[in-house]
Amino acid sequence: MRTLLELDRVEARYGPVQALHGVSLTVGEGEVVAVLGANGAGKTTTLRAISGTVSRSGTIELEGKPLPRSPEAVARARIAHVPEGRGTFVDLTVEENLRLGAYVRRDREVKADLARVATYFPWLAERRRQRAGTLSGGEQQMLALARALMGRPRLLLLDEPSLGLAPLVVRELFRVVRELNEQEGLAVLVVEQDARAALSVSSRAYVLEVGRVALAGTSAELRGNESVRRSYLGY
Amino acid sequence: MLAAAFADFMQQVVSGLASGGIYALLALALVIIHRSTGVINFAQGEMATLSTYIAWTLWANHGWNYWLAFPATLALSFAGGVATHRIVIRPVERGSVLRIVIVTIGLLIAINGFVIWQWSGEPHQLRSPFPSDVLDVGGVAVSVQDLGTIAVALGIVVLLWLLFQFTKVGLALRAVAVNPEEARLVGVRVSWMLALGWGFAAMLGAVAGMLTAPSVGLDPNLMQALLIYAFAAAVLGGINSPVGAVVGGLALGVILNLLSYLSQYRFFDWFSEELRLPAALLVILVVLLVRPGGLFGHAEVKRV
Amino acid sequence: MSPRVTRAVGGLAFAALVVAVAVLPAFVNDFKAQQYAYVAIYLIALLGLNVLTGYTGQISLGHGAFMAIGGYTTAILMAGNEQFGGPLGGGLKDVWTLPFAALVAGLFGFAFGLPALRLSGLYLALATFAFAVAMPSAVKRFEEWTGGGSGINLFGTPELTGSLTNVELFGWELTFNDWLYYLTWTVALLAFAVAWLILRGRTGRAFRAVRDSEIAAVSSGVSLARYKTLAFGISAAYAGVAGGLFAIANTFVNPDTFPIALSIFLLVGVVVGGLGALSGLVVGAIVIQFLPLWAQGEDLGALLPDRIIAETQKPGGPAIVYGVVLVLVMFVIPNGVSGLFHRAGQLVARARMRRT
Repeated sequence: MRTLLELDRVEARYGPVQALHGVSLTVGEGEVVAVLGANGAGKTTTLRAISGTVSRSGTIELEGKPLPRSPEAVARARIAHVPEGRGTFVDLTVEENLRLGAYVRRDREVKADLARVATYFPWLAERRRQRAGTLSGGEQQMLALARALMGRPRLLLLDEPSLGLAPLVVRELFRVVRELNEQEGLAVLVVEQDARAALSVSSRAYVLEVGRVALAGTSAELRGNESVRRSYLGY
Repeated sequence: MLAAAFADFMQQVVSGLASGGIYALLALALVIIHRSTGVINFAQGEMATLSTYIAWTLWANHGWNYWLAFPATLALSFAGGVATHRIVIRPVERGSVLRIVIVTIGLLIAINGFVIWQWSGEPHQLRSPFPSDVLDVGGVAVSVQDLGTIAVALGIVVLLWLLFQFTKVGLALRAVAVNPEEARLVGVRVSWMLALGWGFAAMLGAVAGMLTAPSVGLDPNLMQALLIYAFAAAVLGGINSPVGAVVGGLALGVILNLLSYLSQYRFFDWFSEELRLPAALLVILVVLLVRPGGLFGHAEVKRV
Repeated sequence: MSPRVTRAVGGLAFAALVVAVAVLPAFVNDFKAQQYAYVAIYLIALLGLNVLTGYTGQISLGHGAFMAIGGYTTAILMAGNEQFGGPLGGGLKDVWTLPFAALVAGLFGFAFGLPALRLSGLYLALATFAFAVAMPSAVKRFEEWTGGGSGINLFGTPELTGSLTNVELFGWELTFNDWLYYLTWTVALLAFAVAWLILRGRTGRAFRAVRDSEIAAVSSGVSLARYKTLAFGISAAYAGVAGGLFAIANTFVNPDTFPIALSIFLLVGVVVGGLGALSGLVVGAIVIQFLPLWAQGEDLGALLPDRIIAETQKPGGPAIVYGVVLVLVMFVIPNGVSGLFHRAGQLVARARMRRT
């Protein structure tokens, strides 16, 4: 499997506070990789460092080439970042949100993709003209996912998708993620506090602690190791 | 008798809609800028004055055909608005509100000074795009100038609306107004969108100036009163609502004209022409203090 | 720098200022003394505006209107009846009108501050802007009190000290302008001291808490309503005193004496001088009085080539310079001149630390 994304000793800071102290990880093409850890470990910051929404130092390479630093350029490189809290455009309609997902595309197949995306989220079609802000939390998260898909990304950065959602919805969400990965070959880097849910779809995982990678391995290893589960994953 | 009174009344309504249309254009400019960049552009009026002077000088001093000068001015104003955002506003956008206020005030002072410096303070005459005929519509005397002004104002508003609703750029502009951080993530070049907003606003101001100057004469203070009316309209409609700006502008124009008209009757005789401006100022104060969100806006929730 | 050192430096600076103020008229001509008197007047207004904007973070583009209220109070109390049959009788000596100017303006400030609680940032700026633009019209409306469009003339009236004869003070004879200079600066230094006292105590801390974080302030038990309206009242009272002195200095008031430009210049002065710190305000006041003149090429004219001066002296030229300078200052020193001093102080302190 080829490496799609590689982070090498990436550091990031918010003003005077350093959040990442040298994080290295890889994501292979078509792989689902989880980033786990406690609050404040730097998981969200890692995704932000990739999408360029926080300033970083260190190397990030996409298919062997250095990744640009501005969010606009990262989006053009077909990396879709679904941030914490969904990030839907609440005052715009569902369809407008979806179209924005395709903003960087210049081809003519956007309209067709609207239909294609609806196959993963069938209820979206009927709600096309509904204001995004009136959707429930779970629906907004699905919308955010669908929007990301509209950009035909190669890599999906998912930040805490389970936040604020009921367990049933979380399960459905991750089912869709797995489906997307299997059907579209979409690589996914998912940051999660709900380690169990994340490990159920990922093939590998990293555990962050205080801005560094504390542990890495296949999901099976991490799931199987009881002491790891108790001390790092909380279950 | 009644018919004559009605005719008079309708005449006032029509000319109120015309002046209101001009207020609406400038108010829309203010709202576009505030919605996207969170800045109240105190210099909006002066920028419009500058545009009007450019139109005048192309037509009067350089012999351009008026119908060439008009669109050329629009294009130049658009470019000027974009440039103003990139050069002057962008560096201070994220800073304190106070800093931004002072910067737009500095712009106001400098642009006003430039207009005087370049073209002197004497009044000039800009021709109107419309003939000065008066039509008879069912007994009501309506000037073509007024009708034309209403048509142009509403026409531009509709065009802008179409742009915002149905084009990719428009969608991006709206996205930026709703959630700029998200917009960056989907690949929108946010700061260029903001600059575009300033460009459109400058263009709206230019049209407002070119529609107003023929009747009141062109001098450096052209837009000063108009800016106040535009503020009143924007605040009345809701300073983040484009619909509010248009409705507010038209309503303000009609109401002020009606007050003028009604002042011939005893109940309203306290109203005089010189109270137009203070009335608009009163609108600003009352709306801000009673219902800051205006008619169409959500009141900014001030917690605590 | 330790707080004690800072205070000692501050005290020394203040003492130096007092001395400089006291002896300056001996070195400058009459006209310049008048200009410096205006600097004192602006300083008083800025001290007040600083309490509002620098300490509680409320933006006002309307303090010229509060100056107008103070100025007209002074004028009416001084001239009143004699001039145009006004209702108050008049005849109060100029200096004694100042407390009334402060009171009346302060009350208006309180009254404005109450509804203004619901507005923040730009909305407040807009509301105060509208207030200031409306003031001249309001003045014209209440003709019986204000003399309408022609205003109130104070020159040559016995209530105006020094207007009929030169002033005798401690055995010295002073011209009107010199007297004006000493009057305004005495009031200014007093105002400075009062402001300092107010701000160093509980009130000042409460003000700062409101500016830094309203939410935190409330949870510490600071009543937002009380302190924000208090700040409005105090700042308006200061502006009222400045307005009264302005009327005395101008020797007349009319609707055009306090235009919107004055309100704008006051805000400019407080921002360029630097918010929060009293020291920068002196610079701010100097900027208000002299920048328009410098923009015309006066005083600094010798520094620039003649051709440039000629261009900037054409009508509109000074305004361009003024506006551009304003924008540049906001780019380069966003925290104003006192921010610059602060930075300099920090750099000095850091250098000193490195040496030890």
